[in-house]
Amino acid sequence: MTEVVIAGIGQTRVGEFWDLSLRSLGVRAIRAAIKDSGGLQPQALYAGNMLAANLSRQAHVGTLLADFSGLAGIEAEALEAAGASGAAALRQGYLAVASGLVDVALVVGVEKYTDLIGPGVEAALATTTDSDFEAIHGLTPAAQAALLMRRYQHEFGLPADGLAGFVLTAHANGAGNPNAMYRKAITLEAYQKAEMVSDPLNLFDLAPNADGAAALILTRRDRLPRDFPHPVVQVAASASVSDTLGLHNRPEPLWFAAAQASVEQALKKAGLSREQIDLFEYYDAYSIYAALSLEAAGFAARGQGWKLAAEGESGLQGKIPCATMGGLKARGNPGGATGVYQAVEATLQLRGQAGANQIPDARCALIQALGGPASTAVTHVLKRAD
Amino acid sequence: MEIPRHWRLKQQRYGLVGEVCPHCQVKVFPPRDVCPNCGGEARTPYTFSGRGEVYSYTTIYEAPAGFEDKAPYTVALVKLEEGPLVTAQLTDLGDKPVEIGMPVEMVTRRLRQDGDDRSILIYGYKFRPVMN
Ligand SMILES: [Zn+2]
Repeated sequence: MTEVVIAGIGQTRVGEFWDLSLRSLGVRAIRAAIKDSGGLQPQALYAGNMLAANLSRQAHVGTLLADFSGLAGIEAEALEAAGASGAAALRQGYLAVASGLVDVALVVGVEKYTDLIGPGVEAALATTTDSDFEAIHGLTPAAQAALLMRRYQHEFGLPADGLAGFVLTAHANGAGNPNAMYRKAITLEAYQKAEMVSDPLNLFDLAPNADGAAALILTRRDRLPRDFPHPVVQVAASASVSDTLGLHNRPEPLWFAAAQASVEQALKKAGLSREQIDLFEYYDAYSIYAALSLEAAGFAARGQGWKLAAEGESGLQGKIPCATMGGLKARGNPGGATGVYQAVEATLQLRGQAGANQIPDARCALIQALGGPASTAVTHVLKRAD
Repeated sequence: MEIPRHWRLKQQRYGLVGEVCPHCQVKVFPPRDVCPNCGGEARTPYTFSGRGEVYSYTTIYEAPAGFEDKAPYTVALVKLEEGPLVTAQLTDLGDKPVEIGMPVEMVTRRLRQDGDDRSILIYGYKFRPVMN
């Protein structure tokens, strides 16, 4: 199959941007990515977005972004897979270029939370659960994570502050990312004192929902400009797997089966073993998801994922560096844009452009975005191609 | 307003009516007409007993729209005695601390209010501690 490379990356800062709209965020990331690619002109746009129809009363996001980027005339569609929307858009762009049907694809993820404030945001997020059998009972995505966290404590003897390691690591890494929402390390004491959102899940166990947009230009290697200024990063594998939508329909809720299967497929397609992975951008929308994702990906045994963070093995100098630019926790969680941010950040690492957070000689990155509690899991392997 | 939708779900909401697979006898909730165990067609209605135990639970402080007046409230995954897990609120808790493994039974209560002041009230299943 055709070798698909990431020719350009772009991202806005993540935060609360009252003065920026859905479209202006998306356009900024798109223009930055096109510029970074040396001016490649895309023939197709795939947008990842989760909630614009709810939050901004705006559907039809693909065409909106193509239009306002000055790209009207090209193919443009949006993909929605809850928190995995951006990763699904990346996969779509990958498939389009790999098939040979599209030479240059633009992938953009965008989420605009702050068009709405208050309980409406939680209600919008709850539409990603089973509306008839979960959301109707007042369940929210944060509450789903809390249910898993409580059960994990019960089954595996997780201490009350056992997940703090994920949060501390993420915030420490966020300090080195100029685009992160939170750029300050936090203390264990602050974690222990944080107020409950959905107990036992506290405010720090939860990544902040925030505005942001990120974009990628994908092409075939032979289409790169002759004077392409960056080390070449290849999309070495892409895998997307679904599970039951409702958490209650799983035989074993504490096992992220779709996350496991998508990692397995991606590693196999890339021809890599876990030992060759230099960094893992996991989906830490909730700290318990970080633990469950590490277990599903095979970096830790069942019930042991939390110990990797507690023992410092998920830090920049650890055995398997995770959330290297702050993760969802400190960079911020821009919903449907998240999967594209992960790809942008992993590309920075593989190009050697990650600044203070650079993993020395990083060559292979595993990135994974989840929709719901791994009701969808989309995993990519990015690889330095030289 | 979503009256037809809530009307359509009344057997599930009021009666905890799911399905039983005629091929492998697995009990299914919510109904999906396709057995998640064997993949066969499963359209035989089955009324669950409404008894089960708490598999996990959480108290929600930041409620979504439609539930603000109830916050904080407790949502659980309840393991029904016939097998499936179901998501539902716990109610009538009094001072009783919730625990994993606690026996509970189904009751019918108001779930939420749909829309603005003149809107419909939606009723459905919740679970309460089993009275001894
Ligand atoms: Zn069956």
